[in-house]
Amino acid sequence: MNGPGDFELEATELVRPYVITKGRGLPDDDQLSLITLVTAAPEQVQRPLRLSPEEQRLLDLCSAGYLSVAEIAGHTRLPLGVVRIMLAGLTEAGYLITRPPVARARLADKELLEEVLSGLRAKFG
Amino acid sequence: MVSGPSLGERPSLQSRDYVAGGASQTAVKILVVGHFAVGKTTFIGSISEIEPLSTEETMTRAAQDVDDLKGVRGKTTTTVAMDFGRLTISDRVVLYLFGTPGQVRFVQMWEDMARGALGALVLVDPERLADSFAVIDLIEQYGLDYAIAVNNFDGNPVRAEAALREALDLLDDTPVVTCDARDEQSSAAALTTLVSYLLARVG
Ligand SMILES: Nc1nc2c(ncn2[C@@H]2O[C@H](COP(=O)(O)OP(=O)(O)OP(=O)(O)O)[C@@H](O)[C@H]2O)c(=O)[nH]1
Ligand SMILES: [Mg+2]
Repeated sequence: MNGPGDFELEATELVRPYVITKGRGLPDDDQLSLITLVTAAPEQVQRPLRLSPEEQRLLDLCSAGYLSVAEIAGHTRLPLGVVRIMLAGLTEAGYLITRPPVARARLADKELLEEVLSGLRAKFG
Repeated sequence: MVSGPSLGERPSLQSRDYVAGGASQTAVKILVVGHFAVGKTTFIGSISEIEPLSTEETMTRAAQDVDDLKGVRGKTTTTVAMDFGRLTISDRVVLYLFGTPGQVRFVQMWEDMARGALGALVLVDPERLADSFAVIDLIEQYGLDYAIAVNNFDGNPVRAEAALREALDLLDDTPVVTCDARDEQSSAAALTTLVSYLLARVG
Protein backbone atom coordinates (compact mmCIF):
# COMPACT_ATOMS: atom_id res chain seq x y z
CA MET A 1 0.00 0.00 0.00
CA ASN A 2 2.97 2.27 0.46
CA GLY A 3 4.38 3.79 -2.68
CA PRO A 4 8.07 4.44 -2.81
CA GLY A 5 7.53 8.15 -2.33
CA ASP A 6 5.33 7.74 0.72
CA PHE A 7 8.02 8.14 3.30
CA GLU A 8 11.04 10.26 3.43
CA LEU A 9 14.38 8.69 2.94
CA GLU A 10 15.96 7.99 6.25
CA ALA A 11 18.72 5.73 7.45
CA THR A 12 16.23 3.27 8.92
CA GLU A 13 18.82 1.64 11.13
CA LEU A 14 19.25 4.95 12.87
CA VAL A 15 15.64 6.03 13.16
CA ARG A 16 14.95 7.01 16.71
CA PRO A 17 12.34 4.95 18.52
CA TYR A 18 10.14 7.98 19.00
CA VAL A 19 9.92 8.42 15.24
CA ILE A 20 9.38 4.72 14.58
CA THR A 21 6.50 4.54 17.01
CA LYS A 22 4.94 7.79 15.84
CA GLY A 23 4.81 8.94 19.43
CA ARG A 24 2.26 6.34 20.44
CA GLY A 25 1.93 5.46 24.10
CA LEU A 26 2.86 2.19 25.69
CA PRO A 27 0.46 -0.72 25.31
CA ASP A 28 -1.06 -2.69 28.12
CA ASP A 29 1.56 -5.03 29.53
CA ASP A 30 -0.61 -8.11 29.65
CA GLN A 31 -1.91 -7.73 26.13
CA LEU A 32 1.60 -7.76 24.68
CA SER A 33 3.64 -9.67 27.20
CA LEU A 34 6.99 -11.20 26.22
CA ILE A 35 5.28 -14.47 25.33
CA THR A 36 2.12 -13.19 23.67
CA LEU A 37 1.98 -14.99 20.32
CA VAL A 38 1.50 -12.78 17.29
CA THR A 39 0.66 -13.42 13.65
CA ALA A 40 -0.64 -11.47 10.66
CA ALA A 41 -4.41 -11.26 10.28
CA PRO A 42 -5.61 -13.53 7.48
CA GLU A 43 -8.24 -11.31 5.86
CA GLN A 44 -8.07 -7.82 4.51
CA VAL A 45 -10.08 -6.45 7.40
CA GLN A 46 -7.55 -3.76 8.08
CA ARG A 47 -8.31 -0.17 8.66
CA PRO A 48 -6.22 1.64 6.06
CA LEU A 49 -3.08 2.85 7.71
CA ARG A 50 0.04 4.40 6.39
CA LEU A 51 2.66 1.89 7.39
CA SER A 52 6.19 2.93 8.21
CA PRO A 53 9.00 0.81 6.78
CA GLU A 54 9.52 -0.66 10.24
CA GLU A 55 5.85 -1.56 10.56
CA GLN A 56 5.91 -3.16 7.13
CA ARG A 57 8.96 -5.13 8.20
CA LEU A 58 7.19 -6.34 11.33
CA LEU A 59 4.14 -7.33 9.33
CA ASP A 60 6.29 -9.28 6.87
CA LEU A 61 8.01 -11.05 9.72
CA CYS A 62 4.65 -12.03 11.23
CA SER A 63 3.03 -13.17 8.02
CA ALA A 64 4.53 -16.66 7.89
CA GLY A 65 3.41 -17.97 11.25
CA TYR A 66 3.30 -17.22 14.96
CA LEU A 67 6.14 -15.64 16.92
CA SER A 68 6.25 -14.38 20.50
CA VAL A 69 6.69 -10.66 21.15
CA ALA A 70 10.17 -11.43 22.51
CA GLU A 71 11.11 -13.34 19.35
CA ILE A 72 9.90 -10.46 17.17
CA ALA A 73 12.11 -8.07 19.12
CA GLY A 74 15.03 -10.49 18.89
CA HIS A 75 14.72 -11.03 15.14
CA THR A 76 14.25 -7.34 14.30
CA ARG A 77 16.88 -6.20 16.81
CA LEU A 78 14.59 -3.39 17.84
CA PRO A 79 14.21 -2.54 21.53
CA LEU A 80 11.37 -4.38 23.19
CA GLY A 81 9.46 -1.25 24.16
CA VAL A 82 9.51 -0.02 20.57
CA VAL A 83 8.36 -3.37 19.20
CA ARG A 84 5.51 -3.45 21.69
CA ILE A 85 4.24 -0.06 20.65
CA MET A 86 4.37 -0.92 16.96
CA LEU A 87 2.66 -4.28 17.52
CA ALA A 88 -0.07 -2.58 19.54
CA GLY A 89 -0.74 -0.14 16.70
CA LEU A 90 -0.82 -2.86 14.07
CA THR A 91 -3.09 -5.01 16.19
CA GLU A 92 -5.47 -2.16 16.83
CA ALA A 93 -5.66 -1.49 13.09
CA GLY A 94 -6.48 -5.12 12.38
CA TYR A 95 -3.22 -6.16 10.75
CA LEU A 96 -2.17 -8.54 13.50
CA ILE A 97 -3.78 -11.11 15.73
CA THR A 98 -2.41 -11.65 19.24
CA ARG A 99 -2.81 -14.64 21.53
CA PRO A 100 -2.02 -13.52 25.08
CA PRO A 101 -0.63 -16.25 27.35
CA VAL A 102 -2.81 -17.87 29.98
CA ALA A 103 -4.22 -15.67 32.69
CA ARG A 104 -2.36 -15.51 35.96
CA ALA A 105 -5.13 -17.44 37.67
CA ARG A 106 -4.58 -20.43 35.42
CA LEU A 107 -0.82 -20.44 35.71
CA ALA A 108 -0.71 -22.59 38.79
CA ASP A 109 -2.99 -24.95 36.93
CA LYS A 110 -2.06 -28.53 37.62
CA GLU A 111 -2.96 -29.64 34.13
CA LEU A 112 -0.68 -27.10 32.51
CA LEU A 113 2.29 -28.09 34.67
CA GLU A 114 1.56 -31.77 34.08
CA GLU A 115 1.61 -31.15 30.37
CA VAL A 116 4.97 -29.36 30.61
CA LEU A 117 6.41 -32.13 32.77
CA SER A 118 5.28 -34.99 30.57
CA GLY A 119 6.40 -33.09 27.49
CA LEU A 120 9.88 -32.61 28.94
CA ARG A 121 10.08 -36.28 29.87
CA ALA A 122 8.93 -37.38 26.44
CA LYS A 123 11.46 -35.12 24.76
CA PHE A 124 14.48 -35.86 26.90
CA GLY A 125 13.71 -39.33 28.21
CA MET B 1 1.46 -23.31 9.53
CA VAL B 2 2.94 -21.22 6.78
CA SER B 3 0.92 -18.76 4.77
CA GLY B 4 1.29 -15.39 3.15
CA PRO B 5 4.21 -14.37 0.99
CA SER B 6 6.88 -16.94 0.36
CA LEU B 7 9.66 -17.30 2.87
CA GLY B 8 12.16 -16.52 0.16
CA GLU B 9 11.43 -12.88 0.81
CA ARG B 10 12.73 -13.24 4.34
CA PRO B 11 15.95 -15.17 3.94
CA SER B 12 16.83 -14.87 7.60
CA LEU B 13 13.72 -16.64 8.89
CA GLN B 14 12.67 -20.19 8.10
CA SER B 15 9.49 -22.04 8.89
CA ARG B 16 11.07 -23.77 11.87
CA ASP B 17 11.67 -20.37 13.43
CA TYR B 18 7.92 -19.95 13.84
CA VAL B 19 5.91 -21.51 16.66
CA ALA B 20 4.62 -24.86 15.45
CA GLY B 21 0.83 -24.98 15.71
CA GLY B 22 0.84 -21.40 16.96
CA ALA B 23 -2.89 -20.93 16.54
CA SER B 24 -3.64 -23.41 19.32
CA GLN B 25 -0.54 -23.04 21.47
CA THR B 26 -0.48 -21.79 25.02
CA ALA B 27 2.80 -20.04 25.75
CA VAL B 28 4.41 -20.40 29.18
CA LYS B 29 7.78 -19.32 30.49
CA ILE B 30 10.41 -20.26 33.01
CA LEU B 31 13.26 -18.01 34.08
CA VAL B 32 16.88 -19.14 34.04
CA VAL B 33 18.70 -16.76 36.33
CA GLY B 34 22.04 -16.48 38.07
CA HIS B 35 24.98 -14.19 38.54
CA PHE B 36 27.44 -13.10 35.87
CA ALA B 37 28.98 -15.92 33.79
CA VAL B 38 27.27 -18.71 35.71
CA GLY B 39 26.12 -20.44 32.52
CA LYS B 40 22.66 -19.00 31.75
CA THR B 41 23.21 -18.51 28.03
CA THR B 42 24.89 -21.89 27.77
CA PHE B 43 21.96 -23.55 29.53
CA ILE B 44 19.35 -21.93 27.31
CA GLY B 45 21.38 -22.73 24.20
CA SER B 46 21.75 -26.37 25.13
CA ILE B 47 18.04 -27.10 25.19
CA SER B 48 16.44 -24.43 23.02
CA GLU B 49 15.06 -25.53 19.66
CA ILE B 50 15.79 -22.11 18.18
CA GLU B 51 19.06 -20.25 18.07
CA PRO B 52 18.93 -18.26 21.34
CA LEU B 53 17.82 -14.68 20.82
CA SER B 54 18.26 -11.59 22.90
CA THR B 55 16.35 -8.36 23.33
CA GLU B 56 17.19 -5.02 24.75
CA GLU B 57 14.94 -3.02 26.95
CA THR B 58 14.51 0.64 26.15
CA MET B 59 15.21 3.41 28.58
CA THR B 60 11.72 4.66 27.81
CA ARG B 61 10.23 1.55 29.33
CA ALA B 62 11.89 2.33 32.59
CA ALA B 63 10.94 5.96 32.34
CA GLN B 64 7.36 5.14 31.30
CA ASP B 65 7.41 8.14 29.02
CA VAL B 66 8.07 7.92 25.31
CA ASP B 67 8.38 11.67 24.98
CA ASP B 68 11.58 11.59 26.98
CA LEU B 69 13.26 10.07 23.95
CA LYS B 70 13.13 13.32 22.09
CA GLY B 71 15.84 14.66 24.33
CA VAL B 72 18.18 11.70 24.43
CA ARG B 73 19.00 11.01 20.83
CA GLY B 74 21.48 8.25 20.37
CA LYS B 75 21.00 6.81 23.81
CA THR B 76 17.76 4.90 23.71
CA THR B 77 18.50 1.41 24.97
CA THR B 78 20.16 -0.13 27.95
CA THR B 79 23.30 -2.15 27.41
CA VAL B 80 21.98 -5.18 29.22
CA ALA B 81 19.82 -7.65 27.40
CA MET B 82 17.88 -10.72 28.34
CA ASP B 83 18.37 -13.83 26.28
CA PHE B 84 15.87 -16.53 25.63
CA GLY B 85 15.10 -19.79 23.88
CA ARG B 86 12.06 -21.87 23.03
CA LEU B 87 10.97 -25.45 23.49
CA THR B 88 7.80 -26.82 21.92
CA ILE B 89 6.44 -29.10 24.62
CA SER B 90 3.42 -30.48 22.78
CA ASP B 91 0.82 -29.33 20.29
CA ARG B 92 -0.78 -27.37 23.12
CA VAL B 93 2.09 -25.86 25.08
CA VAL B 94 5.20 -23.98 24.03
CA LEU B 95 7.78 -23.16 26.71
CA TYR B 96 10.03 -20.11 26.64
CA LEU B 97 13.17 -19.88 28.76
CA PHE B 98 14.30 -16.37 29.68
CA GLY B 99 17.72 -15.68 31.08
CA THR B 100 19.02 -12.56 32.73
CA PRO B 101 21.70 -11.55 35.15
CA GLY B 102 20.47 -10.30 38.49
CA GLN B 103 20.83 -6.59 37.98
CA VAL B 104 18.24 -4.98 40.15
CA ARG B 105 18.40 -1.66 38.39
CA PHE B 106 16.65 -3.04 35.30
CA VAL B 107 13.40 -3.24 37.18
CA GLN B 108 11.17 -3.08 34.13
CA MET B 109 12.97 -5.98 32.50
CA TRP B 110 12.59 -8.07 35.61
CA GLU B 111 8.92 -7.26 35.85
CA ASP B 112 8.40 -8.23 32.23
CA MET B 113 10.20 -11.49 32.73
CA ALA B 114 8.73 -12.42 36.10
CA ARG B 115 5.12 -11.57 35.29
CA GLY B 116 3.32 -14.82 34.65
CA ALA B 117 6.39 -17.04 34.86
CA LEU B 118 5.79 -20.62 36.01
CA GLY B 119 8.92 -20.51 38.12
CA ALA B 120 12.67 -20.02 38.01
CA LEU B 121 15.78 -22.11 37.82
CA VAL B 122 18.62 -20.43 39.69
CA LEU B 123 22.06 -21.40 38.40
CA VAL B 124 24.67 -21.36 41.12
CA ASP B 125 28.45 -21.62 41.03
CA PRO B 126 29.42 -23.37 44.30
CA GLU B 127 32.69 -21.43 44.38
CA ARG B 128 30.89 -18.09 44.28
CA LEU B 129 27.86 -18.66 46.46
CA ALA B 130 27.71 -15.11 47.76
CA ASP B 131 27.21 -13.87 44.20
CA SER B 132 23.88 -15.72 44.12
CA PHE B 133 22.31 -13.96 47.09
CA ALA B 134 21.06 -10.95 45.14
CA VAL B 135 19.45 -13.07 42.44
CA ILE B 136 17.72 -15.34 44.93
CA ASP B 137 16.46 -12.29 46.80
CA LEU B 138 15.02 -10.91 43.60
CA ILE B 139 13.29 -14.15 42.66
CA GLU B 140 11.77 -14.40 46.12
CA GLN B 141 10.71 -10.77 45.94
CA TYR B 142 8.75 -11.52 42.77
CA GLY B 143 7.12 -14.46 44.53
CA LEU B 144 8.45 -17.06 42.12
CA ASP B 145 9.01 -20.67 43.12
CA TYR B 146 12.48 -21.87 42.21
CA ALA B 147 14.94 -24.72 42.17
CA ILE B 148 18.73 -24.48 42.43
CA ALA B 149 20.94 -25.92 39.71
CA VAL B 150 24.52 -26.16 40.89
CA ASN B 151 26.91 -25.70 38.02
CA ASN B 152 30.01 -27.67 38.99
CA PHE B 153 32.56 -26.14 36.69
CA ASP B 154 35.40 -28.50 35.84
CA GLY B 155 37.75 -29.14 38.66
CA ASN B 156 35.61 -27.66 41.39
CA PRO B 157 35.39 -29.80 44.46
CA VAL B 158 31.80 -30.83 44.98
CA ARG B 159 30.48 -29.02 47.98
CA ALA B 160 28.19 -30.89 50.35
CA GLU B 161 24.56 -30.12 49.62
CA ALA B 162 23.80 -29.40 53.26
CA ALA B 163 26.47 -26.70 53.41
CA LEU B 164 25.18 -25.15 50.21
CA ARG B 165 21.61 -25.15 51.51
CA GLU B 166 22.72 -23.46 54.65
CA ALA B 167 24.81 -20.86 52.85
CA LEU B 168 21.95 -20.01 50.50
CA ASP B 169 19.37 -20.20 53.28
CA LEU B 170 17.09 -22.50 51.30
CA LEU B 171 13.78 -23.94 52.43
CA ASP B 172 13.91 -27.66 53.11
CA ASP B 173 11.81 -28.52 50.10
CA THR B 174 13.67 -26.33 47.59
CA PRO B 175 15.21 -28.76 45.08
CA VAL B 176 18.97 -28.70 44.56
CA VAL B 177 20.38 -30.48 41.53
CA THR B 178 23.78 -30.48 39.90
CA CYS B 179 23.91 -29.54 36.26
CA ASP B 180 26.33 -29.16 33.40
CA ALA B 181 24.77 -26.35 31.42
CA ARG B 182 26.63 -27.43 28.28
CA ASP B 183 24.86 -30.77 28.27
CA GLU B 184 21.33 -31.02 26.89
CA GLN B 185 20.33 -33.99 29.02
CA SER B 186 21.74 -32.46 32.16
CA SER B 187 19.99 -29.14 31.53
CA ALA B 188 16.72 -30.92 30.73
CA ALA B 189 16.99 -32.92 33.95
CA ALA B 190 17.37 -29.72 35.96
CA LEU B 191 14.35 -28.23 34.25
CA THR B 192 12.34 -31.39 34.87
CA THR B 193 13.23 -31.24 38.56
CA LEU B 194 11.96 -27.67 38.72
CA VAL B 195 8.67 -28.46 36.99
CA SER B 196 8.09 -31.52 39.21
CA TYR B 197 8.57 -29.24 42.18
CA LEU B 198 6.18 -26.62 40.80
CA LEU B 199 3.61 -29.35 40.25
CA ALA B 200 4.05 -30.64 43.79
CA ARG B 201 3.46 -27.09 45.05
CA VAL B 202 0.04 -26.86 43.42
CA GLY B 203 -1.00 -30.50 43.80
N1 LIG C 1 32.66 -26.48 32.79
C1 LIG C 1 31.53 -25.83 32.56
N2 LIG C 1 31.57 -24.66 31.91
C2 LIG C 1 30.41 -24.00 31.70
C3 LIG C 1 29.17 -24.52 32.12
N3 LIG C 1 28.20 -23.66 31.79
C4 LIG C 1 28.80 -22.63 31.16
N4 LIG C 1 30.13 -22.84 31.10
C5 LIG C 1 31.11 -21.91 30.51
O1 LIG C 1 31.13 -20.75 31.32
C6 LIG C 1 31.25 -19.57 30.54
C7 LIG C 1 30.11 -18.61 30.81
O2 LIG C 1 28.89 -19.19 30.38
P1 LIG C 1 27.66 -18.30 29.88
O3 LIG C 1 26.61 -19.28 29.44
O4 LIG C 1 28.09 -17.29 28.91
O5 LIG C 1 27.24 -17.59 31.22
P2 LIG C 1 26.11 -16.50 31.42
O6 LIG C 1 25.52 -16.76 32.75
O7 LIG C 1 25.19 -16.45 30.27
O8 LIG C 1 26.99 -15.20 31.47
P3 LIG C 1 26.49 -13.65 31.43
O9 LIG C 1 25.36 -13.56 30.47
O10 LIG C 1 27.67 -12.89 31.00
O11 LIG C 1 26.10 -13.32 32.85
C8 LIG C 1 31.28 -20.04 29.09
O12 LIG C 1 32.62 -20.09 28.69
C9 LIG C 1 30.70 -21.44 29.16
O13 LIG C 1 31.21 -22.27 28.14
C10 LIG C 1 29.17 -25.79 32.80
O14 LIG C 1 28.14 -26.31 33.20
N5 LIG C 1 30.37 -26.39 32.99
MG1 LIG D 1 24.63 -14.76 29.08
